[in-house]
Amino acid sequence: MNRNRKDIIIESLTGISVLLIIFIIISILAITIKGGWPNLSWKFLIEFPKDGMTKGGIFPAIVGTALMTLIMTIAAVPFGVITAVYLAEYAKENSVFAKTIRFAVKTLAVVPSIIFGLFGLGFFIGFIGQNMDKIFNGGVLKWGQPSILWASLTMALLTLPVVIVSVEEAIRTIPVEMREASLALGATKWQTIRRVVLPGSLTGILTGTILAISRGAGEVAPILFTGAAYYLSDLPHSLSDQFMSLGYHIYIMSTQSSNVDATLPIQFATTLVLLLLTFSLNAIAVILRYRIRKKAK
Amino acid sequence: MLSRKGRGDKSGDSQVSFAGEKFRFSDWFAERFIKTVAFMSIAFVALIFIFVFREAFPVFRMDVKQKIGSVDLVQEKYGEEEVTPATANPVSGSAIKVSKPSSTLLSNIWMPVSDNPRYGLIPLFFGTLKVTIIALLFAAPIAILAAIYTSMFAKPWIREIIKPAIELLAGFPSVVIGFFALMVLATVFQDIFGYASRLNSFVGGFAMSLAAIPVIYTITEDALTAVPKTYIEASLGLGASRRQTAFNVVLPAAVPGIFAAVILGLGRIFGETMIALMATGNAALTSINPFESVRTLSATIGAEMAEVVFGDTHYSVLFLIGSLLFIFTFALNAISEFYFKNLVIRKYQSKK
Repeated sequence: MNRNRKDIIIESLTGISVLLIIFIIISILAITIKGGWPNLSWKFLIEFPKDGMTKGGIFPAIVGTALMTLIMTIAAVPFGVITAVYLAEYAKENSVFAKTIRFAVKTLAVVPSIIFGLFGLGFFIGFIGQNMDKIFNGGVLKWGQPSILWASLTMALLTLPVVIVSVEEAIRTIPVEMREASLALGATKWQTIRRVVLPGSLTGILTGTILAISRGAGEVAPILFTGAAYYLSDLPHSLSDQFMSLGYHIYIMSTQSSNVDATLPIQFATTLVLLLLTFSLNAIAVILRYRIRKKAK
Repeated sequence: MLSRKGRGDKSGDSQVSFAGEKFRFSDWFAERFIKTVAFMSIAFVALIFIFVFREAFPVFRMDVKQKIGSVDLVQEKYGEEEVTPATANPVSGSAIKVSKPSSTLLSNIWMPVSDNPRYGLIPLFFGTLKVTIIALLFAAPIAILAAIYTSMFAKPWIREIIKPAIELLAGFPSVVIGFFALMVLATVFQDIFGYASRLNSFVGGFAMSLAAIPVIYTITEDALTAVPKTYIEASLGLGASRRQTAFNVVLPAAVPGIFAAVILGLGRIFGETMIALMATGNAALTSINPFESVRTLSATIGAEMAEVVFGDTHYSVLFLIGSLLFIFTFALNAISEFYFKNLVIRKYQSKK
């Protein structure tokens, strides 16, 4: 009897932990929707901020986030897919080289995002950008300062492991028989990868891309000093322009704005937009990944 | 003899990997190219090391003279009146005793913008440690218990709901969690506990635990699921209850994996920037009271980097903080990767 009661108490304690997590998820969603929904309108999405950012919309922040993640995707996805192909197809399980690459990818995944920001500042802006100015621009400051290009590349580095992990997982679900069939028909290894392995792992590549976009759209720390701007009256026109981003907009509006209470509706609505964006991207990725895993079984 | 050797060379391992009979440039090139790109991941980690340290290194070489120069620069910017004599005669006119930047690193005061700037990292370390402990005290038990429930007690269809739901929490941007903490949690906790400063290490720690829970949960769940089914069946077969099996058989077997999970969660909390910036209050205090503000290492970088002069002492000190954060997370990752993974492998290999 005593044992049974202990069982029930402890079992329900574990259940309560799960409920607590679910409760927190739901309350974050509910409070953001409750605070943001009334202020969310078509106009809010396509207008520039007005009156010292106390009114108006978040159009430049949406466009900035979209452009930044686009450049980031162009840089990160090919890199990630190729590295994943190497790890899944070429690397021998026990080679030191492959193990080192795996460790490097894991390190990139756990390094705090603010370190990427420092790296972007020290490497992209301070080293590459300033030297580009010296060589091509005659010392005129153009690339040696924060810009959307450097922010996107910094973010690409941060999201690289996300792409690598999901693509490698997808490649590994392709049955060995398919590779063998292709090789037996006389195809070379590279032809097999191009015609059999990569088309077969398209879903995985898509999952990785979506996860990377969702991560990149939400991260703020890496772009704090590599390209995000407080307010711009115009959209970025070239790669050397600064940009506004949704996450950074939330951060500055809620902590550095001169009148936090007056802009509360804007803050909630911006948070809702960002949350809906990352939430739906993640939901799609979870469904896609679930499908890949099911197919593998 | 000779011909056999030749044949062996040709068809050596052609069953699967197809060591081609004739040289094909496209294949040779593809392999080289793919290998080179894969190598870049290692290069990136090395570059991060080099460039974060490179900017931090000057701290140890800067002396007082350089220091005065940058004090003037800062003061000029703010245009305060009392420093005018110092500006006029920077070397001898300064009445304040200015300390060498590297000698202040271990002091108790973080005051980077003042007449006598002091870069004491102790309060920042203290603040980071305090928030980390608070966050881990929330995150570790909740995440581990939830993982036990999911892998041991939950019905399959419930498991299929819980796992993706917690994965979604991992997808919440930290700025959203920070905003939630700043706007909602801070007020709720203040109403409950009635403390003075609205933003403090307790609010920040709790919010950071939300970022760490998915990390700890996912890895713990994997570790629990990796425990061989035969253990569970044997225990249940001997008449133990599911609870006894979970806590006395499965949990001990998964301990190395759970440790690795907690260590990775620790790394996540330690480096968290946006939540720290938004919810901990950002005052560099060293009080044990959990309801006092703190300033963490990463939040200091995030808050101050945008306002420093490129190449200044303050700039270098912030990079030094970054280097320390990097070394710390790198070490944590190495420990969880090599030490604990080996433990897990050895454990199951010897018994399977």
